[in-house]
Amino acid sequence: MINYSIITIFIICLMLTIVSITLAQDQAAPPPAAAPAAPAAAAPAAPAAPLKVDSGDTAWLLTSSALVLAMTAPGLALFYCGMVRRKNVLATMMHSFIILCLISVQWVLYGYSLSFGPDHGHIIGGLEWAGLNGVGLEPNGDYGATVPHQAFMVFQLMFAAITPALITGAFAERVKFSGFLLFTLLWATFIYDPLAHWVWGMGGWLHNMGALDFAGGTVVHISSGVSALVTAIYLGKRLGYGKEPMPPHNLPLTVIGASLLWFGWFGFNAGSAIAANGLATSAFVVTNTATAAAALAWMFAEWAVRGKPTVLGAASGAVAGLVAITPASGFVGPVPSIIIGGVVGVLCYFTTSKMKNALGYDDSLDVFGVHGIGGTWGAIATGLFASKAINSGGADGLFYGNAGQVWIQLIAVAATWVLAIVGTFILLKVVDALVGFRASEEEERMGLDLSQHNESGYTL
Amino acid sequence: MKKIEAIIKPFKLDEVKAALNDIGVQGMTISEIKGYGRQKGHKETYRGTEYMIEFVPKIKIEVAVADQQSQKVIETIIRTAKTGSIGDGKIFVTDLKDAIRIRTGETGESAL
Repeated sequence: MINYSIITIFIICLMLTIVSITLAQDQAAPPPAAAPAAPAAAAPAAPAAPLKVDSGDTAWLLTSSALVLAMTAPGLALFYCGMVRRKNVLATMMHSFIILCLISVQWVLYGYSLSFGPDHGHIIGGLEWAGLNGVGLEPNGDYGATVPHQAFMVFQLMFAAITPALITGAFAERVKFSGFLLFTLLWATFIYDPLAHWVWGMGGWLHNMGALDFAGGTVVHISSGVSALVTAIYLGKRLGYGKEPMPPHNLPLTVIGASLLWFGWFGFNAGSAIAANGLATSAFVVTNTATAAAALAWMFAEWAVRGKPTVLGAASGAVAGLVAITPASGFVGPVPSIIIGGVVGVLCYFTTSKMKNALGYDDSLDVFGVHGIGGTWGAIATGLFASKAINSGGADGLFYGNAGQVWIQLIAVAATWVLAIVGTFILLKVVDALVGFRASEEEERMGLDLSQHNESGYTL
Repeated sequence: MKKIEAIIKPFKLDEVKAALNDIGVQGMTISEIKGYGRQKGHKETYRGTEYMIEFVPKIKIEVAVADQQSQKVIETIIRTAKTGSIGDGKIFVTDLKDAIRIRTGETGESAL
């Protein structure tokens, strides 16, 4: 039987590949003299002294890239797979694992170019850097003046990978593999890449507005969290949700995953300093502090409300803390980080229990409750607690005499929410029309490991 | 011949097995099961969801014995498996029509 979904996805991937390579060839053809004609977003190093690669900065950035990779695989893979039912363990891990593979290629072909390439209309980078054309080993003054450009690129690649991987938690246990692949590819291209450009790309409109997002509160967490909510509502609830028991099948894996996320997040936040220096250290310290505070806060909140402190609660609290501190990590001090973590721990405990149950949607692994809400709080908290004493390249927040920053943060948050909601809804319609997204009832009952992959997770 | 099924608390297994070996029971089959009678279950909480788990883990021991031995076996199981609290378990006795040793083809009591 011919599987038309696979053929469709394959053809789309092939077309994107051919387009990217063609464009890369076109850009490589003209001699260097043509370079100044391109939109001058990348500051040419020619007139000033040539940028020098610093070995310490480069070592830390490459190490951070590996740390962030570990957050996706195995960190997120384990964190998520432990929480689903036994029959879906492999499929859930596969989501994270294969996204790493998919984005690794997409980023090189055209993703990096769309995100960080020369600006077009403050909305998107172009395809000038498709195939990493023009992205060499010399530093790019805008993106890490002391590290090879490709080091910055590969660091960003890991962010581009983990973001769509986060969304998989919302539709866990009920999707077709083919639909999931296509959705991920489209989401990365049409939502992540533009958003990364808006916030971090030279010329991006949120960047120009002065929005502070050190390591991805908006770009990574709000975008994935809100998209997760839209997807969860669109796809509908799992069969038997609310009636049949669906407890986590292997919480030890979840705790190991959360620990790996914590470990890797030092690369995520401290690595975003793009240098091995005081700022990286500061980000490292507040990351650890906020996370610990959040884990404790969630644990105590649950203990008070339900009567017992749970391991899942502590692990979830830690992740919420990591999420919230992400945008603030390069701008706030240690004591504010305790407040940021403490608040998010309690907040996300309630959004993943009371709020989710009250509203009745099935966000299987609480992506919206933790990343969407936690990221929103983190972005706003950045506007409250940012201090130029911590990072002179940033700005002051409300508590340091600058109320305006909160408004800028709110605009960035709102823009992200709108892009995520509208964009994701359109993409879901497209994916459904082309290959279908939700698994059939029989496939869901059988379990995705068997129905999508012909494999069984535990033959022990 | 009789087939004796005993559902007991899991931590009692070693004690029961040792005592049965002492009275001459050479082999047995056990399964890990769940069940409930009068014993209450427990609560489990995962984020926003609370589960009341009614089924309690138990061990089922199955032994096939000659008629003359069955009373002794039952008494031994009761003596070693009992704790006095709810959930100690139950014993079911059924008549066994036949038993066959696969390797040799022996039937009846010589197969036990």
